[in-house]
Amino acid sequence: MGSITLKNVSKVFGAHAVIPSIDLDITDGEFVVFVGPSGCGKSTLLRLIAGLEDVSDGEIIIDGRNATELPPARRGLSMVFQSYALYPHMSVRSNIAFPLKMAGEDKAAIDKKVEDAARVLNLTDYLDRKPRQLSGGQRQRVAIGRAIVRQPEAFLFDEPLSNLDAALRVNMRLEISQLHQQLKTTMIYVTHDQVEAMTMADKIVVLNRGRIEQVGSPLELYRRPDNLFVAGFIGSPKMNFISGAQAANHQAHTIGIRPEHLVLSKDHGTWQGTVGVAEHLGSDTFLHVNADGIGTLTARVSGDFAVTHGDRVFLTPDPQRLHRFDEKGMAIR
Amino acid sequence: MATLHTRSAARLMIAPSVLLLLAWMIVPLALTIYFSLLRYNLLMPGMEEFAGLSNYTYFLTDPAFFQAIFNTLAIVLGVLFITVAGGIGLALLLDQQMFGQGIVRILVIAPFLIMPTVAALVWKNMFMNPVNGLFAWLAKLLGLQPFDFLANAPLLSIILIVAWQWLPFATLILLTALQSLDEEQKEAAQMDGAGAWSRFIYLVLPHLSRAITVVILIQTIFLLSVFAEILVTTNGGPGTQSTNLTFLVYAQALLQFDVGGASAGGIIAVILANIVAFFLMRMIGKTLEA
Amino acid sequence: MARNVSTGRKLITTVVAWTIAILIFFPILWTFLTSFKTEAQAIASPPVFLFFDWTTENYSEVQSRSDYLKHFMNSVVVSFGSTLLGLLIAIPSAWAMAFAPTKRTKDVLMWMLSTKMMPPVGVLVPMYLMFRNWGLLDTRTGLVIVLTLINLPIIIWMLYTYFKEIPGEILEAARMDGASLAKEIIYVLTPMAIPGIASTLLLNIILAWNEAFWTLNLSAAKAAPLTAFIASYSSPEGLFYAKLSAASTMAIAPILILGWFSQKQLVRGLTFGAVK
Repeated sequence: MGSITLKNVSKVFGAHAVIPSIDLDITDGEFVVFVGPSGCGKSTLLRLIAGLEDVSDGEIIIDGRNATELPPARRGLSMVFQSYALYPHMSVRSNIAFPLKMAGEDKAAIDKKVEDAARVLNLTDYLDRKPRQLSGGQRQRVAIGRAIVRQPEAFLFDEPLSNLDAALRVNMRLEISQLHQQLKTTMIYVTHDQVEAMTMADKIVVLNRGRIEQVGSPLELYRRPDNLFVAGFIGSPKMNFISGAQAANHQAHTIGIRPEHLVLSKDHGTWQGTVGVAEHLGSDTFLHVNADGIGTLTARVSGDFAVTHGDRVFLTPDPQRLHRFDEKGMAIR
Repeated sequence: MATLHTRSAARLMIAPSVLLLLAWMIVPLALTIYFSLLRYNLLMPGMEEFAGLSNYTYFLTDPAFFQAIFNTLAIVLGVLFITVAGGIGLALLLDQQMFGQGIVRILVIAPFLIMPTVAALVWKNMFMNPVNGLFAWLAKLLGLQPFDFLANAPLLSIILIVAWQWLPFATLILLTALQSLDEEQKEAAQMDGAGAWSRFIYLVLPHLSRAITVVILIQTIFLLSVFAEILVTTNGGPGTQSTNLTFLVYAQALLQFDVGGASAGGIIAVILANIVAFFLMRMIGKTLEA
Repeated sequence: MARNVSTGRKLITTVVAWTIAILIFFPILWTFLTSFKTEAQAIASPPVFLFFDWTTENYSEVQSRSDYLKHFMNSVVVSFGSTLLGLLIAIPSAWAMAFAPTKRTKDVLMWMLSTKMMPPVGVLVPMYLMFRNWGLLDTRTGLVIVLTLINLPIIIWMLYTYFKEIPGEILEAARMDGASLAKEIIYVLTPMAIPGIASTLLLNIILAWNEAFWTLNLSAAKAAPLTAFIASYSSPEGLFYAKLSAASTMAIAPILILGWFSQKQLVRGLTFGAVK
């Protein structure tokens, strides 16, 4: 089935090592998200698994079989591209049928599978349209349909939602998660959006400059980030970092505290500061506080807390939720 | 963006084009160089002998050669001047709102689609002919003496004919470039108080510079080798007054059957074209996105 | 989006533009009109513009006297043949350069373009002699070969710029979907590239149809396409304006129509994609 193992995989473009060396195990049925800032090598890694790029070194093992030298078509994987990559000259039906036609299946079997996929994805009414006559969300579904008909070992998603507007993105996020629960097939999903990673993944792989910073479940990464990078990347709004004397008090080079783990008070607390900007979201309020001798801290407080620009406030970190890092940026535990 | 597999397939698919063009570039050129070092006349077969550089000295000391160089440059520069200046004017005009713009465009493009021999013959006979031509009739109408264009001003006549053929090309390209100029930019300039003239100098002309470069580049390639127009109008004459380098080599080879001399001339033409190309390629390298 | 200008100004622009356009087009119009005159009317002074006895006998005479159709067919065979052959060679190359580029791709493209800069006279002599020795002088095959070679760089460049516009992800999707290289080209690339291939075809037919250096120098009575055939009217005994006009009209009409249909692609093709 769809287990994928990367052993010592590296990719070098010219003199530039995009991926120095990566080891990773993905078990069958897992929903794995590669997340990281742009240029971190997450898409390259996906393309290496897909076989659209050659590895410079190392092995890729899919379903117990060494697939390193196999062409993309023979790896048993399906891919959904950022641009959807639908064939513009073919109808939706032909688009979805294409991989089956390439596999040489007979016409009746193809028709049945296409109809089934279309039903699952709510595309039945659109089968005879051309991709350009569809909305962004529908195109996305066609791309997914094309991926699921051949029942691959694993699905690869390359930032599939980045071309959709915000509302649709939330919808499609849900649909893809539901699809995963239905199919129980391995999925590898690449995104730069940590919200997508947190909401969808069984396992998140945080990448930075071609290296794996940390692998873990969403809550593991949130609660126990291994280093400054992961601490800063996962969570929104971002974790506050404080170095200098305040950090030294906690025997650390840098301390980190998430905005939601700061307790706000009008009359007492550890740090004092002035409210700069208050962003009212209704349920919550994000406060940007200029803390005396520390710098700007972001705090997330209940929307009921009445506070405005210029108010003096006190902030107290929850000691249980304080993260400590050494001078190399690694977590001290 | 590709794997080893696609890359090796790619190499295989490029091979035919590269090999063909390589052969096309090298084989005839090598032969031309070889012939240029021989005394070789088709009327005296079997008499070929090594002649060193004498063909080159002969060609380079021939007064017709300098005339031909001058004529070649005159045609290139004359036509470029007329077509670029005229093309900018016409493009600006056609960019305005008017009735029947589509038809006007079609009419203006037409000369470019005419084969050179037809264009040259039509101008020669039906317009420039001193007896039956329309220009002669016009001159008489105005009480002037008809002018024998091709006898008295052969080079200018050829420049005019060739310019007529290439003016549409320049116009069309400049017009396309002009239409890609952002309307909002022009409006912003107007808001900033720029008059029509300063808008043209500071906005339109810089925007067109890329297209003008392309026009100059491509026309130069073709204009260096103007041939059919000369062949059917003046045959290079009177004397050598309208002979360009291409025509001179042609005459040496296929009219006088002097293979050695013509080859030397051909090599000189190649060297000249390379000098021009060197500068043009530097321009194009910046202009074309490859 | 363009602002509306006053009707008065639009009217003036219209008059000026139409006047200039008709002046530029006039030689072609005049040729067309003359082709329907008798030889006497063709050289009449003052010239007759529209009110003459329209006759089509020039057309039939051009055919009966000089076998016009043979030369027309030569043009068709040579221009279509060289273009199709060129496309056959160029499509795989352009595909490779657009979708599997290497560090040298740009240099290769530039080099191909540079072969266009070689003046044809530089190789006229050996080409003439080789053609003579191989029996290719004055044959359609010979002309097809030469025109394929001289237009190949343009064909490759045009296709390259069109292929570049096809997103590489779509071809990768086909690869993921299990298409072999051949199937990828047949089922995905070619259908998507049809408009680009069509305009490349069109432009190169126009260029080959009008090519007048090699056709004049390498063909004579037998294989002469229209360029060379019309040139024979330059000799003094051929001075028949009406017949020249009839022959010319037939020679340029097909290309005028093709060209008018492909104005936009014309610009792009002739500038190697630099101006769109």
